[in-house]
Amino acid sequence: MREDVSLLVFARELLLAAPVTIEITLGAAVLAFAMSILFGLARLSRIWLVRALARIYVEFFRGSSALVQLFWLFYVLPHFGILLEPITVGIVGLGLNAGAYGAEIVRGAVIAVDRGQYEAATALNFSRSRTMIRIILPQALVAMMPPFGNLFIELLKGTALVSLITITDITFRAAQLNVFTLQSMEIFSVAINVYLVLALAIIFFMRSMERRLGRGLGRVGGVS
Amino acid sequence: MIWNWEFVWAEALPPLLKVVHITVLATLYGFAIAAVLGLLLALLRRAPVRLVSWPVVGFIEYVRSTPLLIQIYIVYFGLLPALDLDPTPFFAGVLALGIHFSTYTSEVYRAGIESVPRGQWEAATALNFRLTQKMFRVILPQAIPPVIPALGNYLVAMFKETPLLAAIGVLELLLTAKNTGSYTFRYIEPFTIVGVFFLIMSIVASLGILRLEDWLKQRRPG
Repeated sequence: MREDVSLLVFARELLLAAPVTIEITLGAAVLAFAMSILFGLARLSRIWLVRALARIYVEFFRGSSALVQLFWLFYVLPHFGILLEPITVGIVGLGLNAGAYGAEIVRGAVIAVDRGQYEAATALNFSRSRTMIRIILPQALVAMMPPFGNLFIELLKGTALVSLITITDITFRAAQLNVFTLQSMEIFSVAINVYLVLALAIIFFMRSMERRLGRGLGRVGGVS
Repeated sequence: MIWNWEFVWAEALPPLLKVVHITVLATLYGFAIAAVLGLLLALLRRAPVRLVSWPVVGFIEYVRSTPLLIQIYIVYFGLLPALDLDPTPFFAGVLALGIHFSTYTSEVYRAGIESVPRGQWEAATALNFRLTQKMFRVILPQAIPPVIPALGNYLVAMFKETPLLAAIGVLELLLTAKNTGSYTFRYIEPFTIVGVFFLIMSIVASLGILRLEDWLKQRRPG
């Protein structure tokens, strides 16, 4: 006869692990965003070598599985004498993976900006970098927000994988509690709803970002 | 030298070759479930009764917004035992993969169905077709072929998620590589081989999907 532990106890235990999940999600999101912009623009470079390197990064991280990448970083890097905290491995691995998907979002959004905008900037004698930073990116950024929102959610979902490289995130705690109490359905149901709440927080955050970025472009309420 | 080819041929590769079919089968079975269940969800979502369509929408959004790994645990440790089934990890994992990706494929089917011109519905109504006839004889035969490449992309995406089955002890490529590593203390070869396998397979599949897309475009009249 097992001793039944209440849902509230599970909820408290799992919420205690939530900061780890949040830290990895945010850390990886920042890294992924930087990689997205960097490699998304590199994919459009005039220098073929830069384009080729960006292409390799994107294909490599999108093509090999995220969990395989995490395991590789976690188990193989120590062989090269590189000892990282598991949490760093999680952030770097997930960030690089999501960045590869993000780079394609950036590329698509930049291409989608109307040609007339480039022509107008040229007519105003803007340099190429100034055109990109002042004219193209602010408009492309608005178009990037909805797909970035989806990527952000995918990233949050992906953080569950770090439980398999010894990081005590929500999923790790849930799997641990499952072994102790065997109340699988209760534990994992609570866990999945914790993730749902975090996903909803991300959705609300991205909506407000969309509205804010859309404001200056005469598109109040963001792009539809 | 860091990379040891002798170790590859003698120790790392043979166990991986023995289980490569597990990864492939998990992908194919999982996708079969996702393809069928996704269509069912897309059709139910269109139900005129909100009592049906709203829970379906809720289910789709719920499953899409939460981690696959937790869903695998729920199916394996919670759901199937609660139904008095004693599942193998492989069966539970494939089922979870199928359910998870059915929420993605349902959106693909939905886009396909919505892209069929209104006139086709009206023509079917004019011919006095029943709803099921309209759907299965008129709409779906036009809705599905154009979205096959999009479905193919989810096949590739699902393939790359099969390593998650390692978490419930399915001896697929990743877990096998990890086991080799843990008793030989050499991780670089097994994990690199697995990574390269996924890379090659998904790049080849993506190129195939692009060609399929071109072929479908040419086939379309007009």
